[in-house]
Amino acid sequence: MSLRFRSSIAALALVLVLVGCDREQRQTRGKPLAETIPASASPDTVFPGDANLPKADPRAAAYEGNAAAISEGQRLYNWMNCSGCHFHGGGGMGVALMDDKWRYGGRIDQIVATIVEGRPNGMPSFRGRLTGQQVWQLAAYVRTLSGQERKDAVSARADEVSNTPPQTQTKREPLNPADSAEQ
Amino acid sequence: MRRGAAWLVLLLTGCNSYQNALGGDGAEGANFVQLFTVFMVVCTVMYLIVAAALVFALWRRRRTALVLDDRTHHQTSRVVRPALAAWTALIGTGLVVLTIASFFTDRTNAAQGSKPQIKITVTANQWWWDVQYRLPDVSRNVRTANEIHLPVGIPVKVTLKSNDVIHSFWIPNLAGKQDLIPGRQTDAQLLPRKVGLYRGQCAEFCGVQHAQMALDVMVESKEDFLRWYAGQLKPATAPANSLQLAGYRYFTTRECSTCHNIGGTPASGQVAPDLTHFASRRSIAAGTLPMARGNVYGWVADPQSQKPGNRMPTVGLSANDLHALVAYLETLK
Amino acid sequence: MNAAERAKLPPAKVARDGPRLTGAKLEERLAVTWSNPPGFIGWLSSVDHKDIGRRYVITALAFLALAGALAIVMRLQLSKPDNDLIGAARYNEIFTMHGTTMMFLFAVPVMQGMQIYLTPLMLGTRANAFPRLNAFSYWTYLAGGLLLWIAFVLNIAPDIGWFAYPPLSGPQYGVGKRADIWAQMVTFTEIAALAGAVSLTATILKQRAPGMSLGRMPIFVWATLVTSLMVIFSMPSVALASGMLLSDRLVGTHFYNPAEQGDALLWQHLFWFFGHPEVYIIFLPATGFVSEIVATFSRRTIVFYPIVVMALVATGILAFGLWVHHMFATGLPRIGYSFYTAASMAVSIPTGLQIFCWIATLWEGRPRLQVPLLYVIGFIFTFVIGGLTGVMIAAVPLDLQLHDTYFIVAHFHYVLIGGAVFPLLGAITYWFPKATGRLMSERLGKISFWMIFLGFQLAFFPMHIAGINGMPRRVYTYPAGMGLELPNLLSSIGSVVVAGAVLLFVVNLIMSARAGRVSPSNPWDAPSLEWAATCPPAKYNFPHIPIVDSRTPLWDAGEKMAVVHGLRVNDRELLLTTVVSATPDMREPSAEPSLWPFIGTLALTVMFVCSIFSPWAVVFGIVPVAVALFAWFWPKSLNPEREPVIS
Repeated sequence: MSLRFRSSIAALALVLVLVGCDREQRQTRGKPLAETIPASASPDTVFPGDANLPKADPRAAAYEGNAAAISEGQRLYNWMNCSGCHFHGGGGMGVALMDDKWRYGGRIDQIVATIVEGRPNGMPSFRGRLTGQQVWQLAAYVRTLSGQERKDAVSARADEVSNTPPQTQTKREPLNPADSAEQ
Repeated sequence: MRRGAAWLVLLLTGCNSYQNALGGDGAEGANFVQLFTVFMVVCTVMYLIVAAALVFALWRRRRTALVLDDRTHHQTSRVVRPALAAWTALIGTGLVVLTIASFFTDRTNAAQGSKPQIKITVTANQWWWDVQYRLPDVSRNVRTANEIHLPVGIPVKVTLKSNDVIHSFWIPNLAGKQDLIPGRQTDAQLLPRKVGLYRGQCAEFCGVQHAQMALDVMVESKEDFLRWYAGQLKPATAPANSLQLAGYRYFTTRECSTCHNIGGTPASGQVAPDLTHFASRRSIAAGTLPMARGNVYGWVADPQSQKPGNRMPTVGLSANDLHALVAYLETLK
Repeated sequence: MNAAERAKLPPAKVARDGPRLTGAKLEERLAVTWSNPPGFIGWLSSVDHKDIGRRYVITALAFLALAGALAIVMRLQLSKPDNDLIGAARYNEIFTMHGTTMMFLFAVPVMQGMQIYLTPLMLGTRANAFPRLNAFSYWTYLAGGLLLWIAFVLNIAPDIGWFAYPPLSGPQYGVGKRADIWAQMVTFTEIAALAGAVSLTATILKQRAPGMSLGRMPIFVWATLVTSLMVIFSMPSVALASGMLLSDRLVGTHFYNPAEQGDALLWQHLFWFFGHPEVYIIFLPATGFVSEIVATFSRRTIVFYPIVVMALVATGILAFGLWVHHMFATGLPRIGYSFYTAASMAVSIPTGLQIFCWIATLWEGRPRLQVPLLYVIGFIFTFVIGGLTGVMIAAVPLDLQLHDTYFIVAHFHYVLIGGAVFPLLGAITYWFPKATGRLMSERLGKISFWMIFLGFQLAFFPMHIAGINGMPRRVYTYPAGMGLELPNLLSSIGSVVVAGAVLLFVVNLIMSARAGRVSPSNPWDAPSLEWAATCPPAKYNFPHIPIVDSRTPLWDAGEKMAVVHGLRVNDRELLLTTVVSATPDMREPSAEPSLWPFIGTLALTVMFVCSIFSPWAVVFGIVPVAVALFAWFWPKSLNPEREPVIS
């Protein structure tokens, strides 16, 4: 029984390792993030033409595809009344978050910058109102609205009135920047 | 008899008097002690009968004429059949008596809670209790968190709701528990009979910090209750010196006011405990820490170290901001 | 007639008996017919109920050890107030794993394993009905257990409690895939239990020895029959509930979403409709063990056999009407609660009658105080306490104080450890010589009995006090000054004693299997049929199927038992008898060893594990399962010999 059994168990374990670990990490304190977003300007992450995009922020890896961060982001999305303007991704007064148009970029660090800075035409700034960890969690959740995050880290629905198709079935939209002529 | 049982248990364990099912300090709690005593007596007697029968059966060795050969495996002595009938009658009667006693206690509990004079709504969250006193005149409603004050001898109806998962509202000295289930409204009746300080705790597993979701309950005389209530109706104390003012400014413009509410200030977040009269409470963070200056410092500086996984983030305050905030919070009596 | 004369006969249209074997030649041929293929493939393809039963019991005992180790860790954390040995999140995973493993991976499987091992032997037949289904049942159980424990090792263990109430286990609050792993493990073990139960029911109803009418079956077999029927009616409820949870979490259905007309209480109803019968599924086989042991060691039949049987059946039926007593705090109408209080009280009456019968048997007999009977005595002293605390919490006003406190933890450990584990340890000691041919050490057995009995009381009695003193369940710590220090410390010490006792029992098992005293085939002078087989039983159990005319065949007929002649020797063949009076009915082939149950489990495992991540796995994964099932059920062409060799 031993050898074949043990090696098949090892193979199964390997598969599960590959899918298991970073999805299920739980951090209670944001690490190694400085919690409070400093009052000085955060580096702008919008670049013309997307040709010279800097490297992704190293903090992104801790939040992208992390089920706990996405779940906290979902809670914060409701608590901060993001749905007041963006509805549950379909947009209203605010732009839709489920589509493929990202006026200020759809990478997680670009979304973080959007939330921290605020944007013209009505997006308020949350600098000093949310901690850095909370903003990154929100950004991770926002990315799931357009299907950017891995499906096994996303929750299918919230315990609320159903507003969108199940998140686990959402097709991944490309991160096209918005045409500035469109509104 | 009921007091005796309570004292016996208390004596045996040298335990507490504030979160104890045998405390019997409310109407329903007292009915529990009484019924529990009845059950204990009946069940102990039944157990002793069974144990005695077993011990006796083992000690005796049959040597009477009914032993026909080495394996007398079909004969049964004549006393066994009537004994079975008697036993069946005994346990049947016992169970019927206990069921009827239970039913009558249940009805008494329902009757005692049938005319509430105070109405409270408790909404459970992960992992704190939102408490609202509801009066016909809505302008006199009071909202607080993790603490309930009750006047002695007056029946109270507590409407129970949940904002997230299933919790359970349990103040053992006063009454049994009721679950708070999202999407449903349940209620509990309290009729405190003795002045004192009690502690309740969430009794349905609700996530990572289920163990630290407690509730302080103060049962006081009617005058003390009214005085407390009048104090709760007042808006928050204004800051009196520059340090408190700095704390007030931080609170109302930064992370704190995103979630917390302080009545009479611009801080009006609704998703976290109401802090209008924070410093008047007995404990911090739903019974996690007793109210004391050091604990306030520790909680505000790093709530995740005290209650890891709870919804209040560690902000990473600078020392000056921390001093200012704590100075302000301490004025919120 | 001799072979030459036979060769001159015209060809037979109907098979007629060929040579008849007896004695050593018969046993040789039977051994060949009923053996497994050689090597590792043979081991994987075994459909012998004794192999499967033994694997079930050993695997379940391994899970007992793992879950017990987790319990020790929990008790260490709780031994002091405000302890920080384990953090909150890890503690929640540990108690979830402990409860889930004990309930799904130990308690039910170990009872089923004992039933699978013993039932054909007690009935005087050679195999279970549906042997390949039996094998499939074991592999599926193993797959479910490995899924859960590999998840634990990889730090993605479920942390939602063994009962997984939504919304905490739902898509919003049950973060990640932990809850899905839990729910899918339930699917595996539920399928395994159903498969085992179906096989056992058919075996009991159709494969009893001729003359063993329903009224002459051993009480353990009655318990198995009742339990298997309970499994068949209750397991689908939890499979449905967990399937709906998986569906909510994977594809966003709203079964448990109150905002969309779902209901969190729906889960509780479906789960406890299974969950309450489940504890009787664990308890009733233990009462079967007790009846067998009491009869043997009192050297007389059970007093009032019909009453014991009716008590088993009544408990099995009544158990389905009690589930709401787990929901007394949820705010359902009080008049409905009264019904469940009455029913919960009523269910203790049949058990009370059984206890009377056992004590009366001891009273009327001449008890021998050997280790199995010691465990039965420990069972009575312990289980009755648990049963009486159960009567207490059946009353709504009492339950509303005691629900979800350590009083309940004490109650169910008293009824599960006292009521199921003690009889199990006694039963293992009792049937160990049958299974291995050696006796367990009586001295070590007595030491482990006293250790576990006293350690158990020390560990769990103080929990009653802790619960009354306000300690809720499922808490990773408690504050100082509440009077909880002493009960918790005593519980922690007691739990270490219990762990030591279990360790000693396992040491006894292993040592005795290697070097214990060799046992005759009936070392305890017991009355039931399994003791007529050799120790350990041959692959074919009995060289001849016995014919039974009393409840205690070995005491009454003994060496002079009549047997059946004429069953085939070169093929696997069973004798089926009628359901009630067990008159011979027909001859039935029994399945040969096959690898397809194992392959079927592999296909099912791939399908279920992948469906945790994507619903398409069900669509694609069903194909290998279908292939395996096709191959499994593909009819074998029967070319029976014209003149088979018979016994």
